[in-house]
Amino acid sequence: MTCEEMLKALNDVIDDQSALALCTEFADHLAGCNPCQLVVDNIRKTIQLYKDEQPYPMPEAFQDRFRDAHKAKWKVKFPHAEV
Amino acid sequence: MAVLPTTHYEASAADDYLPLLRRAQTGDFAAFESLVGQLQGRVYGVAYRILGHVQDAEDVVQQTFLSVIEHIDGFRGESAVATWVLRIATNFALKSLRKKRGLPTVSLDTVDESFADVPHPQYIAHWRESADSRLDRSELRELLDRAIAELDDKYRVVFVLRDIEEMSTEETAEALGLSISNVKVRLLRARMQLRERLTRELGDDATRVEPDHRH
Repeated sequence: MTCEEMLKALNDVIDDQSALALCTEFADHLAGCNPCQLVVDNIRKTIQLYKDEQPYPMPEAFQDRFRDAHKAKWKVKFPHAEV
Repeated sequence: MAVLPTTHYEASAADDYLPLLRRAQTGDFAAFESLVGQLQGRVYGVAYRILGHVQDAEDVVQQTFLSVIEHIDGFRGESAVATWVLRIATNFALKSLRKKRGLPTVSLDTVDESFADVPHPQYIAHWRESADSRLDRSELRELLDRAIAELDDKYRVVFVLRDIEEMSTEETAEALGLSISNVKVRLLRARMQLRERLTRELGDDATRVEPDHRH
């Protein structure tokens, strides 16, 4: 396997933990190719950083308006429901 | 109003939101509000990351949950509740994006892309120890926001749905009206561009290696 082929298969290596075990070509290439090892490691860390980001807080004033709009819509959708 | 695509994917066996949605379908507003409370942060996050603008993201959140109310009867559990809601949000975000860009259609360009065109990595290095703690939280967020904002729209949307919201490739393809192979190529492009950008900021120059394209 070449670096070029590895590049095309990167998603599989990143997304599927079993890919390296199932495909010896991936594993053999990575074992002998420091640049590809680093690229895989960098991508995993990149994804993890985004996943670990704190949720964006929604502005409180917006939440109030938001709730009022839901109530109004709910009353139309379910005219007999308690809101 | 967003077009609500049908789906053929099975809902997760452990869909924590399904009981709330079922109660909401009977007119239970408290159940609906609880559902909103649990999902609004994710909806806002998806909208903000796609649009990069607070007011636009708020509009998408509003439109999404109003659309959920309108179409709540039609939810049959063919996909997970969160996936369904995020798909609606994505449709509204795409519509907003197209409006901002002055384009007429909602869907992103669906022209097939090839793995052959994916840019090769240039700056390759270990990240510094505790790279993420080197920056304070707001600096790190700024860096991540800037890097994702620099992505082309069509790559950013795929990255947000696949890697941040953990939708499957199939769900992402369906939500965006793309082929599965296109989702894979765009995801790889997004990952490679973000990797390049973040490694230039967080990489340890002493460990830099030259890409070896000979093998």
